Amino acid sequence: MLVAQGRWDEVSKQSPERTFYRAKQPDPDIPLTFALTKTLLLRAAPLGAILLLVACRATAGDVAAKAPLRWGGDAEGGAPFVEADASDPSRVRGFDVEIADLIARGLDRRPQFIQVAWASIAQSVERGDFDIGLSGIEDRPEVRERQSLTMPYFEFREVLAVRPVDRDRFRTLSDLAGRRVATLGSTTAYQILLDEQARAKVIPVSYDDDVHPYTDLVAGRVDAVLLDHIIAERRLRVLGGFVIQPEPVATGHYVGVLAKANVALRDSVNTILRERMRDGSLERIFRSWDVWDDAQARYFARMLADTTVGAARNPSTGATSALSYLPSLVRAAGVTLALSLLSMLLAVTFGTAVAAGRVYGSAFVRGALTVYVEVVRGTPVLLQLFVIYYGLSGVVRLPAFLAAVIGLGLNYAAYESEIYRAALEAIPRSQLEAARTLGLSEGQILRLVRGPQALRLALAPMTNDFVALLKDSSLVSVITVVELTKQTAIYAANIGSWVVPGILCALVYLSLSLPLSRLARRLERRWSLT
Amino acid sequence: MEPHVTTHTLTVRGLCATRGSTPVLRGVDLDIASGEICALMGVSGAGKSTVLRAIAALQPFSEGGIVVDGFALQPGPVPPESRLRPLRRKVGFVFQAHSLFEHLTVMDNLTLAPMHAQRWTRERAQEVAKGLLETLGVAARSGAYPRQLSGGEAQRVAIARALALDPHLLLMDEPTSALDPARRGALGETLSALAKQGRGLLIATHDVDFAQDHADRVAVLAHGVLVEHGPAHDVLANPTHAATRALLQATKVSP
Repeated sequence: MLVAQGRWDEVSKQSPERTFYRAKQPDPDIPLTFALTKTLLLRAAPLGAILLLVACRATAGDVAAKAPLRWGGDAEGGAPFVEADASDPSRVRGFDVEIADLIARGLDRRPQFIQVAWASIAQSVERGDFDIGLSGIEDRPEVRERQSLTMPYFEFREVLAVRPVDRDRFRTLSDLAGRRVATLGSTTAYQILLDEQARAKVIPVSYDDDVHPYTDLVAGRVDAVLLDHIIAERRLRVLGGFVIQPEPVATGHYVGVLAKANVALRDSVNTILRERMRDGSLERIFRSWDVWDDAQARYFARMLADTTVGAARNPSTGATSALSYLPSLVRAAGVTLALSLLSMLLAVTFGTAVAAGRVYGSAFVRGALTVYVEVVRGTPVLLQLFVIYYGLSGVVRLPAFLAAVIGLGLNYAAYESEIYRAALEAIPRSQLEAARTLGLSEGQILRLVRGPQALRLALAPMTNDFVALLKDSSLVSVITVVELTKQTAIYAANIGSWVVPGILCALVYLSLSLPLSRLARRLERRWSLT
Repeated sequence: MEPHVTTHTLTVRGLCATRGSTPVLRGVDLDIASGEICALMGVSGAGKSTVLRAIAALQPFSEGGIVVDGFALQPGPVPPESRLRPLRRKVGFVFQAHSLFEHLTVMDNLTLAPMHAQRWTRERAQEVAKGLLETLGVAARSGAYPRQLSGGEAQRVAIARALALDPHLLLMDEPTSALDPARRGALGETLSALAKQGRGLLIATHDVDFAQDHADRVAVLAHGVLVEHGPAHDVLANPTHAATRALLQATKVSP
């Protein structure tokens, strides 16, 4: 399971066409001899050992004649699931990679890896981007409702990680009333936290990756992290500075996900998984990745004893109804609105000061403010948010919402200041001279004559900016603020469809931005008539 | 209004100004007595506006001196506004384009400076403004915005605004440029009334007829030098300088 540390490279992540195994597979329609020739030619290509392997297999059996088994996973999730091989980034490794190989071998097909963002795997497989998704995918009712799932091949435990000093204080979720508990969005763990929000009064904090919850735990921004034990243990080895509570909060299972209609392949895969569970192949894989333990052995034994497991389970295991998401959507809309209003207030205030400084200030002040404006306008707001929230956390540990307001506010202040500066400079000199001959001071002229006239000019571009800010506020989900877009994404991931959440979300954004545009048009009309 | 008959409201001596390295004014001497209307004449570019702007401390001058009602301006950069406060009360300026504040009503245009620069109460400022608007015949327009005024109305409002602080010297830049002949006559009568109150009026214009009918004295500028100076009738009836004759020639063509 898991995901990227940074999101600005998500564009590349979301391209499901990016294949990691470079070996071009012969088209099944091409005659075998031609395919073999092509394969032999490929052997000459300097593509490394994997190509040799592929080619050898192709000549040994007739595997090449069959379409490859395209399987989707997220290499940014990292080990032990799927990670890019450090020695050859075009290859992936991990237990999910080996399970995919196992399945492909059982099907007499060759595995072909398709990179896809972890949160999109279920939707991507339904679209037909690949045959099966394997990347620490959890068996969740919402997914079971929308897609076909294989039998579970691994049982994980949802465990709490806390700072060492809290070892005895925060043992269970009930101990964490009023505390911030971090996890990865769109997971079983997040659903557990949402349920506990009402019961145990914990405050769920959702992240887009599984690294920052632990760094923020160590930094004191959150009080606990709830995630899969293999993620927690890996982070503990790499990062340290926290402890894992022995008592699991819940258990869950990793499964493969297929398109709803692809029941035939699902059944074949189940047969293979069950056989490999029985013959110890799966255990060998998990042992080699150091995730095998007694609990897993007991789980395997249970699975093999129960012949009904693995056949399609009753899918009606209560997927949360679409309506139940409405209150959280409304709350998220409130967050978006509050965030936008506060950020705009900061942007207008600070932007006015910057504009005044650039028009009236000394050469030094003008220079410094010009640097500020150019740096802020010349770098992505996403980067600025990361720097303010994570980069500065060694100096000042801002709460996420405050960091979001400051990040967006300071970013938009740069744009606002340019609008105001242009508007101030557009006021005719004769207006200012008339004010001077009447004995008004420079400050009074700015406040009573130049400012009010400039405001009328700035109004239309300001409205544009505010509407843009309203939408840009969705970026702050990268620093754990759940606003409208993020909530919609969670909603969509949970019910497995973007149609209803997308329309609802769009309606809310429009209902916030349209009145604003109307108000601005009315003010403009009134002022232009005078 | 106390008439200042004995002293000069304005004294200008050896005024030189440059635009970049080009001389614009090259030693201008000028006196305006209280109650006197002086027309500062010359073709476009002769330096009329520069004289007015230097007197109102809107632009620096390089040599010479200006004294308005006892307040002296020195060569060099324009002093900060805080040191010009006495001058602002003594000098009213009516711009060629009126320059009324577009975002304020006529009434607010008149009361802005008295209330904020002079700390008058709103009541006092409005009372004075009402009186001025009535005198100038635009009291009915006090709630209008500048864009809703005709050219003549806007000019009278601009004059009223310049008079709100009761200045002893009124500077006007090309006041007749946007007026038809009937309005020109009315403006002349208004200005004569202001002069009778004891104010000095310096009016930059190239309108010979207007100067002939309403000015007491005429000063003619050519290339930054005052080439002729005297009672309006003498100068305009018997021009001695080529520049004055050219000016008369140019305007005689259009009646």
